[in-house]
Amino acid sequence: MTGLAILATVIVIVPLIAIFGYLIYKGASSLNFAFFTKSPAPVGELGGGMANAILGSAIVLALASAIGVPIGIGGGIYLAEFGRGTKLAAAIRFTADVLNGVPSIVMGLAAYALIVVPMKHFSAYAGGVALGFMMIPTVCRTSEEMLLMVPNAIREAALGLGVPNWRSVLSITVKTASPGIITGCMLAFARVAGETAPLVFTALGNQFWSTNLNQPIAALPLQIYVYALSPYDDWHRLAWAGSLVLIVLIVFAVSLVRYVTSRGVLKGAS
Amino acid sequence: MLLCGLSIFVIVGLIAFELVVRSQLTLHKFGFAFFYQVFTDPQTNLKLFWDPVNEQFSARPFIYGTLVSSFLALLLAVPLAIGVAVFLTEMCPRVLRGPLAFLTELLAAIPSVIYGLWAVFVLVPLLRDYVNPLLVKTLGWSGLFSDDNPTGLGYVAAGVILAIMILPIISSLTREVMSTVPHSQREAVLALGATRWEMIRMGVLRNARIGIVGSVILGLGRALGETMAVAMVIGDAPEIHRSLLSNGSTMATVIANEYAEAVGDMHLSALTEIGLALFVVTIFVNALAQVLIWAVTRGTPSQVH
Repeated sequence: MTGLAILATVIVIVPLIAIFGYLIYKGASSLNFAFFTKSPAPVGELGGGMANAILGSAIVLALASAIGVPIGIGGGIYLAEFGRGTKLAAAIRFTADVLNGVPSIVMGLAAYALIVVPMKHFSAYAGGVALGFMMIPTVCRTSEEMLLMVPNAIREAALGLGVPNWRSVLSITVKTASPGIITGCMLAFARVAGETAPLVFTALGNQFWSTNLNQPIAALPLQIYVYALSPYDDWHRLAWAGSLVLIVLIVFAVSLVRYVTSRGVLKGAS
Repeated sequence: MLLCGLSIFVIVGLIAFELVVRSQLTLHKFGFAFFYQVFTDPQTNLKLFWDPVNEQFSARPFIYGTLVSSFLALLLAVPLAIGVAVFLTEMCPRVLRGPLAFLTELLAAIPSVIYGLWAVFVLVPLLRDYVNPLLVKTLGWSGLFSDDNPTGLGYVAAGVILAIMILPIISSLTREVMSTVPHSQREAVLALGATRWEMIRMGVLRNARIGIVGSVILGLGRALGETMAVAMVIGDAPEIHRSLLSNGSTMATVIANEYAEAVGDMHLSALTEIGLALFVVTIFVNALAQVLIWAVTRGTPSQVH
């Protein structure tokens, strides 16, 4: 039986390492300077890069963060500080967890109905709204967890000095937990950075350099999807390179979160 | 702050409202029959499920595809995930625990499209050249594996990639649930003369079983809604086949593939209704999973995952 458990672990670990290894091997051999500086070459020509997709992803993600981060953090503060122990907070927490599990494609449908239909065309706004909605529950829950790691003694000390509750929350608790909250936001950012399904019919994708928020815009995961299913070897190469860029972003965010949480009580709190 | 918290409810309500409004056409025309009806092709007299041009829509092949691929994924992933969780909590050397936990966390965060990319270039050729012929040879008599699809795409490919994707989620939640079983429980079982395996089975797994079921259901929820990776390997065909090696389509993949280029209002409405069904089902599945996991882990501090 011990053998079985070890065998299961090996069976799981081997393909996972294979995925990582293959990705890094393929990605690193395909990545070059042009990838970051050039737009896609016309069909049939070699070379080109994904500069427009990187820019597009950055724009859509900036829009998403503008929606998701403030609302998410606000919700997290409510859950951890003002609503602690209330039934309403429990209901919000539960709904946030459930919302986290709603398929991203459904978020895309909602953004389509909210933005694309009234505007009558695909746009970067719609992509940003879809991803922003996806960020809210994640940011909300991680901020809450980070705030709960702040020791109560600090809150009591602030209140003991006669500081009103809202002031103590904003300038003491949130400030103490801020490294954790920021990394939580980064994790949510990295997660939605790789989302493709909600963008397929909101941001739509674009083969050209575009900064117009009101028009369809390229995004890195969308471009990877299109290129992966294309028949051209050179496009496959770009897809692998794009994947490596996304993976590096995610590894960075996950390690940062691990680093911050593994230090136990946040810096300056102990 | 309260408003921000309440926005979560607003989002859920907004999604539900918009999906219902946008699927009015098919809701009215087909009613509940949308989920099971079968049409016949007037020319060939074959079964027909999805004909956007003649506005005949049935979600049946997509429900079938979703169920089959998710079921295959659970079949492959659950035993492995529990094995991994047992290994990590009960017998893993302390040195390995950190890196392995980190690796699972990382894998849970890899975007779907990258799994899909890997599946298209590595997994599918592997299945096509080695695994599928073997399945046809050994299990072909059951009718579940027939060799009429030379592409390597299909339900099996989708099931395998889904299994790889939900493994980290199931195993890390199972690990969390198992680590909430008090140590005194383990020591008590060991003191009664149990071997280590008996201790794991009776002292840990039995106590944590509700939470483990919860994490499996959460994995199911992810598998049901997984879109891009599945869309890249399932072959995209609105048909029902007995053979698990044939092309199919799931609820999520048909939306991703057809929504941006739908041919008319009825088509959009049909796709939205499929989305609505997916939304309702995943809400229920996730709520159930949360309740089960919460029943086990409450009272212990939560962790960031």
